[in-house]
Amino acid sequence: MPRHVVAPVADIPPGTRKIVTIRGREIGIFNLAGEFFALLNRCPHQGAELCRGTLVGLATSPEPGVFELSRRGEMLKCPWHGWEYDIRTGQSWCDPNDTKVRAYPVTVEPGETLAKGPFVAETFPVAVEQDYVVVDV
Amino acid sequence: MTPEDGRIIPAEAQANASRVKQKVIDCDVHHALRSGRDLLPYMATRWHAHLEEFGRRRPVPFIASSPYPKTAPALSRTDSWPPNGGPPGSDLAFLQEQLLDRYNIEYGMLHLLMSGMDERNQDFGNATCSAINDWQYENWTQKDQRLKAAIVVPGEDPPAAVREIARWAGNPDFAQVSMVTHAIEPLGRRRYWPIYEAAQAHNLPIGLHSSGNNGHAVTGTGWCGFYVEEQHNVALSQQQLAISLVCEGVFERFPKLKAVIIEAGYVWVPSVAWRLDQHYKRMHREMPHLTRKPSDYFRSHLWYSSQPADEPERPEDLRTVLDWIGWDRLLFSTDYPHWDMDNPEQAFKLRLSEAEQKMIYNENARAVYGLA
Repeated sequence: MPRHVVAPVADIPPGTRKIVTIRGREIGIFNLAGEFFALLNRCPHQGAELCRGTLVGLATSPEPGVFELSRRGEMLKCPWHGWEYDIRTGQSWCDPNDTKVRAYPVTVEPGETLAKGPFVAETFPVAVEQDYVVVDV
Repeated sequence: MTPEDGRIIPAEAQANASRVKQKVIDCDVHHALRSGRDLLPYMATRWHAHLEEFGRRRPVPFIASSPYPKTAPALSRTDSWPPNGGPPGSDLAFLQEQLLDRYNIEYGMLHLLMSGMDERNQDFGNATCSAINDWQYENWTQKDQRLKAAIVVPGEDPPAAVREIARWAGNPDFAQVSMVTHAIEPLGRRRYWPIYEAAQAHNLPIGLHSSGNNGHAVTGTGWCGFYVEEQHNVALSQQQLAISLVCEGVFERFPKLKAVIIEAGYVWVPSVAWRLDQHYKRMHREMPHLTRKPSDYFRSHLWYSSQPADEPERPEDLRTVLDWIGWDRLLFSTDYPHWDMDNPEQAFKLRLSEAEQKMIYNENARAVYGLA
């Protein structure tokens, strides 16, 4: 899998996202409190642009009347029917056995390493003094 | 940094790249007013002052909310808010881009989720319905010939409704007559028959999209606690509506009348019809005005829009259902821009033959609405 340099780290601050096109696929890159995740921008259910969805938490309840909200911001909710996916794995919450959105490995690499290659830089020059977000596609 | 950054496919290219080869007639498209004031230019000055002084008066519970199912603001896809402002569905250019061009829509049947029918002040309600129709004509159907409006009528005042039908009948921009479905009485009752008489006379189907407020819970059993319940109960109310039309004898009195049940799905049709047939066999003396068993009316006078698509574990089960209802009964609909919109490219997990696709996505609606 070629590794693609998609953006300087500073371009995707914590809590934001960027949708990029790599080898014809739209992929959403998310910065969740400093951790980066990448998911295909297409909901397997009915094809909506999933990565434009809202990031929500996981609402669970051990019994009626007791509610817990955990993993804040780690579930990506589709802009259409609200199907939720685990941003870490792409696993569907409502249909975990049969539905999964493609997730791609993301790393942060210093510009110095990238200069050595082999990487595919997108549409911007890579500078050695910066860190970059790199996606395996 | 916005999610749009880094996006390579320009909107124009995407618009021209619909993957739906089949031309689609979308039987449920929601346009919207930017605000209630959009109707003022089409209303007598008297009502401008009325709106300011007294406002609308509807039997609506949940003052700061809505009893209708919602999981998103304005009940809409979160990506459907027009870039130029206004609520989803209020911007023609954006609706064209996101729906009509994107999905190869040949015709889109408009349903405004607002009516004067459930306004308690009847004169104001009548003026509201007329204004809605003028507004639809001037701002939507005249600006894009793919869009066809419904004549919105004040059904609780049948003579006024009949006048409104006569005002637009014969105008090709209007393809059906629409009433709210949560009315003062079930819509099969005789008080509404003058409307059916006029619709039949003008060869206009009645389009019944779940809408309106009558002060009652949508269920017969009280107010629900969760939108999930309401989402299903809305479809149950549409079933009750269909049952009322059939049992009251509407289709006996008006044998050429066509009614389209919109946004209630269709998989329920066989079970409701079988149950009614069973009752009818045993108690037909109560309803001697019916000359056929109830299921016959469900398969000859009623049509059903497809959304929200049923998604059984075994998609092929839908074939059994459609074989019973009749493949000519189902009309494809997206419900754009609402959050539970169906994508014409992916809504049917069932494998359809080319002929079946043609019927569901296009020919059935063309026949019902008499589209060119």
